[in-house]
Amino acid sequence: MSMSESNGRELTFGDAIREALAEELRRDPRVFMLGEDIAEAGTTFKVLNGLVEEFGKERILDTPISEPGFTGLAVGAAMTGMRPIVDIMFGDFSGLIMDQVANQAAKIHYMSGGKLNVPMVLRTTMGAGRRSAAQHSQSLHAWYSHIPGLKVVVPSTPYDAKGLMKSAIRDDNPVVILEDKMMYKTVKGPVPEEEYTVPLGVADIKREGSDITLVATSSMVYVALEAAKLLEEIGISAEVIDPRTLVPLDKQTLINSVKKTSRAMIIDEGYEQYGVTAELASVIADGAFYYLDAPVKRMGAMNVPIPFSPALEDLTIPNAKGVFEMAKSLCGK
Amino acid sequence: MSQMQTQEDLARSDIDREQWLHMYEQMFKIRAFEEQVNELYQAAKMPGLAHLYIGEEAIAVGVCEALKREDYITSTHRGHGHCLAKGASVDKMFCELLGKEAGYCHGKGGSMHIADQDTGNLGANAIVGGSSAIATGAAFSSKRLGNGRVAVCFFGEGALGQGLLYESMNMAQLWKLPVIYVCENNLYNEYTHHSESTAGSMRARAEAFGIFTLEVDGQNVREVHEASRRLVERARAGEGPAFILCNTYRYLGHHVGDIAREYYRPKEEELMWRNDHDPLKMLSSWLTENKLADASIFEQIESSVQSEVLAAVEIALNAPFPAPEEVSKHVYV
Repeated sequence: MSMSESNGRELTFGDAIREALAEELRRDPRVFMLGEDIAEAGTTFKVLNGLVEEFGKERILDTPISEPGFTGLAVGAAMTGMRPIVDIMFGDFSGLIMDQVANQAAKIHYMSGGKLNVPMVLRTTMGAGRRSAAQHSQSLHAWYSHIPGLKVVVPSTPYDAKGLMKSAIRDDNPVVILEDKMMYKTVKGPVPEEEYTVPLGVADIKREGSDITLVATSSMVYVALEAAKLLEEIGISAEVIDPRTLVPLDKQTLINSVKKTSRAMIIDEGYEQYGVTAELASVIADGAFYYLDAPVKRMGAMNVPIPFSPALEDLTIPNAKGVFEMAKSLCGK
Repeated sequence: MSQMQTQEDLARSDIDREQWLHMYEQMFKIRAFEEQVNELYQAAKMPGLAHLYIGEEAIAVGVCEALKREDYITSTHRGHGHCLAKGASVDKMFCELLGKEAGYCHGKGGSMHIADQDTGNLGANAIVGGSSAIATGAAFSSKRLGNGRVAVCFFGEGALGQGLLYESMNMAQLWKLPVIYVCENNLYNEYTHHSESTAGSMRARAEAFGIFTLEVDGQNVREVHEASRRLVERARAGEGPAFILCNTYRYLGHHVGDIAREYYRPKEEELMWRNDHDPLKMLSSWLTENKLADASIFEQIESSVQSEVLAAVEIALNAPFPAPEEVSKHVYV
């Protein structure tokens, strides 16, 4: 996506998401949103500001503070002709809704032998660094990715966020989108005026390189890109790949890249233990084993509850310096 | 004038007679079905377990006979009765219970997950209380789409322990949704009497939300049906949700394997319900006393239903299992 394609128009990550939602609300009267403080308040992150004015309180529906209840209500509405978009303010509240998502939404199509389906989108947040402590900072996309029947989207750029959101809303399966709350206002990028979608299940090469593949998700794409710059200064050419969706996963793009570079490192903000990094590392080890010159390395969030103190919190998230050091040693430098 | 009234009464009692005989047939069908399920289990011809509805037939039938085909129901792990009462066919039910390709869900749902879109059955649910939000969401769709459909949520008194039910009832009343919560109080949460698990009044739980509430003898199909018709009319007229507490009894164990039950309930109690509160006996006595039917009619109904059920068992026993390819179908749409 280049600036010329967007005619120079740039949107923040949050504005791109809002634009996708507004376009799909206009396009399909069955689409509606529900969640806590999403109407006049526009969510706690103000991402939905202005939508209630255009679409009214019936389609931008404020709910009681009952995450399992309104998530389940959306499942039932999706099964019977509506296309709900659920807003779960913090990804940490995933624990509250997991029965409705993992046992109901994800399995209804299968359990019914294909008779029923659940075309719903569940938007929630991820990402630490906001000094919000252990119950408002986690990145729990691995939980959703573990459950067959769900699709899982972790966009990194405004362009991808908008295009993937539109695809998710048009998808007939339950799709979970995890948006890094730290990127809503800080990340800005080109987004064309014209209609477009980004298909689910297609990875994107965010930077081309030849010596090492850095696979990174969500905000970790920026950490990887920064590390790639540092690596370039010492003569290492890093390729940065963003899977964009964890389910379905574009395995081939990952494998092809590593076949070319012979080295790989995975960076993700979920907890490292049993995490997304492990799954992606195994995909690469399986698919490109005979091309590898070094073990596949991975870096996730530290395996600790996320602490409040800035001095401690910052230690738990992968950063460019850390990625640079690990990549450098992988390349034998 | 008095003559006209008599004629009207006669005409009315003719309708009544057909209607009650049909309900007798439906209740008998459920009982005969469940007895066969028990035999299949005991003969080791059925995989897994099943939770039998014997004793509670008047509730499913009394409620579903007040519904149209396109109205929605959600059911429970003890759901065969609900599915049959809503119009499911016994052969496809048996096929599903035996894990056969010709079953409602191609054998992928089994006893606890029978769904049938054609009869408005949004699926049995093996999470206690798990469908309360789904039913509420279906009612939400009905209201939004203006299609006049009512949603009925069946659950046992054990579900009164689940918070999701209260979140759902709160939203249903807030948004005046056409949903009817049918609580089948069979006295036991699995192997535990409700007095050990459920504080306070059952009815008061719904009344606290301002939800219109009725309590009926769940063994008396006429009482269940009259109450249900009233609640369905209310719901269709836009008057919002209702809660109906149906007092009933599960003649057999929590599941087919729960045979030695005396540690949690005395045999005398089971006999008392079977002898003095049997829904089939109660309806046939009433019809006989009112000279609307005689023993030969019941014999006729029973023998015709029994042959249908036995033929369906044969079909299911001889039906093929799904092909291995079926295992990965319907994970996604």
